[in-house]
Amino acid sequence: MATAAVIAAPAPKLGFAYYANVLGKETRYEFLRMLRLRVFSLSVVGFPVMFYMLFGTINSHTEYARYLLASYSCFGMVGASLFGLGAGIAMERMQGWLELKQASPMPRFAYLAAKTISCAAFAMVIVCLLTVIGLTLGGVHMTAVEFLKLAGITLAGAIPFASMGLLLSFLMPPTAGPGIINLIYLPMSFASGLWMPINILPRWMQHAAPALPTYHYGQLALNIFGYAQPGTSMSTHWEALVGFTCLMLGAAWLLFTRSEAKA
Amino acid sequence: MSATAFASGLQQEPLTPPFKARRGEVIARLHSVTKRYGQTTALEDLNLSLHPGEVVALLGPNGAGKTTAVRLLLGLTAPTSGSVRVMGRDPRDAEARTSIGAMLQVTRIPETLKVREHIDLFRSYYPAPLSAAEIVHIARIEGLEDRLFGKLSGGQKQRVLFGLALAGNPDLVFLDEPTVGMDIESRRALWDQIRLLSAQGKTVLLTTHYLEEADMLASRIVVINKGSIIAEGTPAEIKHRVAGRRIRCITQLDAALLLRLPSVVSVERDREAVLITAAEAERVVREMLRLDETLHGLEISAPGLEDAFLALTGSDAEKN
Repeated sequence: MATAAVIAAPAPKLGFAYYANVLGKETRYEFLRMLRLRVFSLSVVGFPVMFYMLFGTINSHTEYARYLLASYSCFGMVGASLFGLGAGIAMERMQGWLELKQASPMPRFAYLAAKTISCAAFAMVIVCLLTVIGLTLGGVHMTAVEFLKLAGITLAGAIPFASMGLLLSFLMPPTAGPGIINLIYLPMSFASGLWMPINILPRWMQHAAPALPTYHYGQLALNIFGYAQPGTSMSTHWEALVGFTCLMLGAAWLLFTRSEAKA
Repeated sequence: MSATAFASGLQQEPLTPPFKARRGEVIARLHSVTKRYGQTTALEDLNLSLHPGEVVALLGPNGAGKTTAVRLLLGLTAPTSGSVRVMGRDPRDAEARTSIGAMLQVTRIPETLKVREHIDLFRSYYPAPLSAAEIVHIARIEGLEDRLFGKLSGGQKQRVLFGLALAGNPDLVFLDEPTVGMDIESRRALWDQIRLLSAQGKTVLLTTHYLEEADMLASRIVVINKGSIIAEGTPAEIKHRVAGRRIRCITQLDAALLLRLPSVVSVERDREAVLITAAEAERVVREMLRLDETLHGLEISAPGLEDAFLALTGSDAEKN
């Protein structure tokens, strides 16, 4: 046995500038990719806007117009996250694109963060469109502070629902992705009072709603306009969302390590 | 990454044939690697070393373990036992992959990004990438930069993927079926680029099911079957594994006499000519020309890589 030299690359020091640059580019191109993918951008932005045009303007100059402005903002964020991460990652994995990226030195966090940030950007577009419709057609009065609060609460939803999207991406057969997501997303939002005020839903649905993450998310947004269900403090809703996030990420991590071991 | 340091210490098995590559230096290696997926064994105690400047072609029938070997070297999966080292590091470490480039079989990449944007994004992953202009030039995708990826033809997509593999100016390049879907002209152009990579001292590991491609490009061919290496050598050496060369000519000499000539393995009739297989074709031809002045239509050919491959992997194996 001969002793041989092994070529060792000097450990490249990848600093903050490198990671910031990768995250910036990844996010920019992820957003562009989604925006140009009309199936995604039209449905994710189109549905909340269309629903608000219908239900918000029918009830213009009433409390409902304000209620629905908050609830459809949440509905938009949840949709963007579930489709953007859930269906997006499942598809990219199936097509081999994710594997090619994993064979590059791309930091994994950049991939997930870019998708989450892009979805949040879509949600901001939705919040702005809904606000414009509300102010013009819906007869909604709101202060600048209320608008900023609404944008902030909507953004906070990016983390729990991106986590849920990530978990779904591991569970779904990629070709059935969008269908399965709709089957979860639409009934879940409806039963949480995001489509129409929760107090006009059947009683049993109102009782079951606190089991849904979208209910707690919606309550936080509705609280801005004073429409949250009485009797529960806001910190309970925050805790519910934090707990939900941990559950989703934990399950996703478990599935990920299992699939790594099998790969 | 132009700077490379040399660290000695790791043991290396003696390699069968010497190559043009600088011997002794190892850029990547699989050391007695076994990989199991549940009950099935994809690789069994496999040893493979790659040396700087080599173009190594990995051949084998479907399911032989080629893809598993490539996935291990790219850090996409971990071995069940044994060790995987690329530039002396574990390729599952992201920083170890900064000097690797890969072209994998991808069914689709995001189609709503422009070629320019894909290149820009991949360049950002590497600490010392090639310039976008260089990538466009090497991959021969001039004029396509502003096209959406989804609007490209199959061959153009392959060229973009080749460009992405080189984005980081890697020392080690993995090309998994690189010329699938390319026309003959693009294929030859890509071969030229692969030769150029090798001339620059870069190492290329190629899997292909075009045996001609392996023959034209590889400095070493490694044939894998059922998770183990069954043959390894230069294309000429591999072809040599099937006995001798073929002589075809029109001659008056009869078959019985021809069979008695030194090193002749078989004699067959092919229409008006005879087909002789012999280990030492030159000696046989010299003798035949001496014995038969009317001999004409002489052709001598080496058995193709395909013959060798089929002989090595068993005739029932599908070629891949």
